[in-house]
Amino acid sequence: MTVQYSDDLRAKAKEIVARYPADRSRSALLPLLHLVQAEEGHVSPAGVEFCAEVLGITKAQVGAVATFYTMYKRRPTADWLVSVCTNTMCNVLGGQEVYDRLTEHLGVGHEETTADGSITLEHAECLAACDYGPVMTVNYEFFDKVDADGAVGLVEKLRGGERPMPSRGARLCTLKEMAVQLAGFADDRPEGVADGVAGEPTLRGVRLAQEHGISVPGFDPETPIKAQEAK
Amino acid sequence: MSTAPRREVLEKLTPVLTKRWLSPEAWRLDVYEQLDGYAALRKALAAHPDDLIQLIKDSGLRGRGGAGFPTGLKWGFIPQNDGKPHYLVVNADEGEPGTCKDLPLMTHDPHSLIEGVIIASYAIRANRAYIYIRGEAVNAARRLRNAVDEAYKAGYLGTNILGSGLDLDVVVHSGAGAYICGEETALLDSLEGFRGQPRLRPPFPATHGLYASPTVVNNVGTIASVPYIVLGGAAWWKTMGTEKSAGPMIYSLSGRINNPGQYECGLGVTLRELIELAGGMQPGHNLKFWTPGGSSTPLLTAEHMDVPLDFESVAAAGSILGTTATQLFSDQDCPVYATYKWLEFYHHESCGKCTPCREGNFWMVRVYRRILSGEGTFEDLDTLLDTCDNILGRSFCGLGDGATSPVTSSLQYFKQDYLDYIEGRTPPKLSAKQLVGAH
Repeated sequence: MTVQYSDDLRAKAKEIVARYPADRSRSALLPLLHLVQAEEGHVSPAGVEFCAEVLGITKAQVGAVATFYTMYKRRPTADWLVSVCTNTMCNVLGGQEVYDRLTEHLGVGHEETTADGSITLEHAECLAACDYGPVMTVNYEFFDKVDADGAVGLVEKLRGGERPMPSRGARLCTLKEMAVQLAGFADDRPEGVADGVAGEPTLRGVRLAQEHGISVPGFDPETPIKAQEAK
Repeated sequence: MSTAPRREVLEKLTPVLTKRWLSPEAWRLDVYEQLDGYAALRKALAAHPDDLIQLIKDSGLRGRGGAGFPTGLKWGFIPQNDGKPHYLVVNADEGEPGTCKDLPLMTHDPHSLIEGVIIASYAIRANRAYIYIRGEAVNAARRLRNAVDEAYKAGYLGTNILGSGLDLDVVVHSGAGAYICGEETALLDSLEGFRGQPRLRPPFPATHGLYASPTVVNNVGTIASVPYIVLGGAAWWKTMGTEKSAGPMIYSLSGRINNPGQYECGLGVTLRELIELAGGMQPGHNLKFWTPGGSSTPLLTAEHMDVPLDFESVAAAGSILGTTATQLFSDQDCPVYATYKWLEFYHHESCGKCTPCREGNFWMVRVYRRILSGEGTFEDLDTLLDTCDNILGRSFCGLGDGATSPVTSSLQYFKQDYLDYIEGRTPPKLSAKQLVGAH
């Protein structure tokens, strides 16, 4: 197979490799796999070959890594990856119903893409947002406290070409665009970084402290750092 | 109905690491600088690196990623003048079920982590630092990368930082969806471009870490604590928490309480107090079981509501403080089903390196399916305990050990719930169709 990748991609690959010590270029493999996924929406045999060529390692070595990590997809994906947390906490709070309803509504199972090619569905493990549970994500951006009806409404909006605003975090971009960020490149949308404010659960404790005038006493930023005796 | 906490309980709150979260733009460098930002760095760079290590030792800071290892001691293990490059690696691969404290910190106050990274790197004499962030944490990574860029432009990173002679490069490295990479040696393998699988120890990362060089691996919360200790001093830090578990800790409360969320308190707060801070249990829900620090820590029950949540007291109660991910379940939640879902998780996330963990979790999931389908036998309970015996302590890393925690603890406290499925008093929760070759 001939790997035909653009000069732009090769320049990006070079930039990734340069982040790591010169004799440790293999450290660039995870970001490189994100990068090739950004091209095709999954890690294809051509993508594996590209990474192997850039790093001077074998395709088998690249393949062994690519197949280990959940976020590298081995089959083509849609623009919208919908992940529903079904780990214990979200599950008992309703996440399982959300996932079950979506499989029924979309007619697909785990890591499958709808017939119209618009949505790839997956159930996910704990997404580290248990205080907002049950949660789901679209291209890893959070939609909090979802229920089955809300989830169906959300995927219908996506299929209709809308880009609903996540509960927190940045406005949606496609999965391929997200993969560029995962490869370590800045979000090129000026609003991307600024989007999103802390949700109420995140701030609950500190807001309670603020409302009741509670702080930790005795904080003096001028406290000297003790110097040890000369050795 | 949410109930208001009493004053004496409110006073358990210690807003330190969470304080800047109230400023919506604290993730911007200019706002961060107005809020004491990078003051600790200037102060630290004027001190001797060894004095900083001693300061952290004196503060009693212990790792916030679950194990609670003394941070200053870890830093002190790095051999000096050995001619090798040293590395600081921040473990930002937050994924322990229930845990959700590091992502908000990196999202809303990313510079505090970067400031801690610079100070820690100076102390251990590292010129390269990596922040290994969970792949799915895209929003936190976006803010963190932006903060790193800002810090370079302002001269806080790069060469000759603030004229001190310190050179430091920081790379934010996104993972790709593997819980195992939260284990420090698996993380290092992953960062080197391999499958994330744990390494045999010794040798420890302090001498043979990243690229076989001396490496400190610390959790986000640990490193983000450093600037506050540098500013306020060890004695001030120890005004919070207990003698052996010093300082504040972010407790992540989720589940059947009125106000789930992040509550930063001195180590040693009790669950009863945390529930009060969180507005009480939800109407109609009575606490039945809870995890003190994620699913890898043995379940506790309503009997344990007054256990001080510090490293020693939770251990004495038969569990582990872990990541202080306090997940609360009520009498409307089934401990057998909860454990089953966690087992599905451990089975999925086992890296496959060690046979006991790989095979044990695979089979335990099947036994749980059988029990929950109403097809379980009394022998199944012995099989589960026997399997746990063969996993615990018999794998390279703690993932296998963690998987046994909910199994053995739920069997210890809620054996009746298991028997109710086996003897047909509880209707099956799963359909028998899902049974595959468990016998």
